Amino acid sequence: MPDSIPTDSVGLVTPQVYKFEEPLTLRSGKVLPEYELVVETYGKLNSEKTNALLICHALSGDHHAAGYHSKNDSKPGWWDSCIGPGKAIDTNLFYVVSLNNFGGCAGSTGPASINPETNKYYGPDFPVVTVRDWVSSQLRLMDRMEIPEWAAVVGGSLGGMQVLRWAISYPDKVRHAVCIAAAPKLSAQNIAFNEVARHSITSDPDFHEGRYLEKGTYPKQGLMLARMVGHITYLSDSAMRAKFGKSVSNFEQDTAENFGRDLRSGKLSFGFDVDFQVESYLHYQGERFSENFDANTYLLMTKALDYFDPTVDFEGDLSKAFANSDCKFLLMSFSTDWRFPPERSREIVSDLLKAGREVSYLEIEADQGHDAFLLPIPRYIEALSGYLQRVHQENESDAP
Amino acid sequence: MRPDLEIIQQWIQPNSKVLDLGCGDGSLLHYLQTTKNVHGIGLEIDETNIQHCLDRGTNVIEQNLDKGLSNFQSGSFDTVLLAQTLQALSKPDHLIDEMLRIGKNGIVTFPNFGNWKSRLYLASRGRMPVSKFIPHSWYNTPNIHFCTVKDFDALCTERNIKVLARTVVDLEHQGSWYMKAWPNLLGEIAIYHISKDTD
Repeated sequence: MPDSIPTDSVGLVTPQVYKFEEPLTLRSGKVLPEYELVVETYGKLNSEKTNALLICHALSGDHHAAGYHSKNDSKPGWWDSCIGPGKAIDTNLFYVVSLNNFGGCAGSTGPASINPETNKYYGPDFPVVTVRDWVSSQLRLMDRMEIPEWAAVVGGSLGGMQVLRWAISYPDKVRHAVCIAAAPKLSAQNIAFNEVARHSITSDPDFHEGRYLEKGTYPKQGLMLARMVGHITYLSDSAMRAKFGKSVSNFEQDTAENFGRDLRSGKLSFGFDVDFQVESYLHYQGERFSENFDANTYLLMTKALDYFDPTVDFEGDLSKAFANSDCKFLLMSFSTDWRFPPERSREIVSDLLKAGREVSYLEIEADQGHDAFLLPIPRYIEALSGYLQRVHQENESDAP
Repeated sequence: MRPDLEIIQQWIQPNSKVLDLGCGDGSLLHYLQTTKNVHGIGLEIDETNIQHCLDRGTNVIEQNLDKGLSNFQSGSFDTVLLAQTLQALSKPDHLIDEMLRIGKNGIVTFPNFGNWKSRLYLASRGRMPVSKFIPHSWYNTPNIHFCTVKDFDALCTERNIKVLARTVVDLEHQGSWYMKAWPNLLGEIAIYHISKDTD
């Protein structure tokens, strides 16, 4: 944590645990007999209970979206750039609810939790979860928290898919759906990358068919490799060139571009060790991730992405899925995002229009690829902020 | 509100669905939303304008009109608006066809190049008119398809488009009996209410 808490930070936050003992039947047909959800909240619920805003996290996210857990934290929550007093998701105006989805590994019940039936780690026995299952659990959380409706449900990437599911399944509970850098369903290329990630995990000798925790180990190499592949898909070519192309050799001067080929030690090794900065960066990212993330959760999250297809109940027609989605929609995409490029958001917009829904859509110029949705890109932040200010004003004018 | 928008809004029914092509800062849609309970969506490409729309709670979609409107269903809107944008489109005739596919009726406004000031400028100086009315040089103008009231009338006839109403006004958006008498000569801005001629 910085020496003093910035004034636009939510400050020190303490997660809370909600235990649910009523079994949850999942889309797969399997039943989760009981589960816990770990939740953080920022801001205050108003007396009319109209200002609650749900944050849905993406693949590697969790409940810790803003602020600090302790004074020793080096970094704030994953979306601290957007959530806080006076920020785009303004905690002076909204009561922000952020949870770790079940199947996750940051405190909610998941593969690394103890299965009450066996008293062993769930591991590979944890059921495959879908976006729909998460939203069902979020609905239960909402009831438990006595929140009658969300002023807005907000999420990027896999979080954006949860936003769409909310709008489709529980339209009367959502006034505004804010879906950022998402897709109506994954493409073959998306699934292919996920499969490479999964295969690298499952083929690690330390994976032990998912029972690595019982063996007192974990598939570090596999998880690293999965994250390295994933990370490449989150960045754009231009972002990588900029990030790893800072040094330019003397004879090229500052007019030349080196395509992001900065060397780690200034010269080639003529061996198979790391030569370029980009390699060392990916190793570092992979390593750090593998130490903080559960491999079985990674498998589950990527499957949830692959399986997401809200049209399955609507004859393959997304516009029919939105037939009752009376909430207002804001969608945003980023120009260099090649994981879920603007075309994918435009597909959603077209189907919303076909369904006669109220929608706004922005295509943000940004070099950072898919990662842009987590970054403080001025136009993106201004748009989100402006939109949510209106949501707040609506709240105020509707108040009795 | 811009006075041409003042005229346009009279042709829009309460509780109707309106698509505003090139909606600018969303002021007309916002006005229609609040006074006529219109359900509106605007299309716009200018970032600042888009932000204004979000700030005032008007639905806005970032979309380039020159790339078509194929994402809009036939008959999905009551009125489709095109205010002061016609002359900047790469295929204005095509867009008008699209407007009348998507909407039951359309409203088009454009600067009338047949106005006497343009004619006089070109006739006397022999150069493309530059004025308060058309403030760009020929090489940097966004306005690539100027037309006159007569040209637009001809297009409507050719495409079986019914002109439900036509008004011409000056830059202050004042109409007068002499403009009604000689619209192509005296009108500076033309405002058309059109629909498909289904007879």
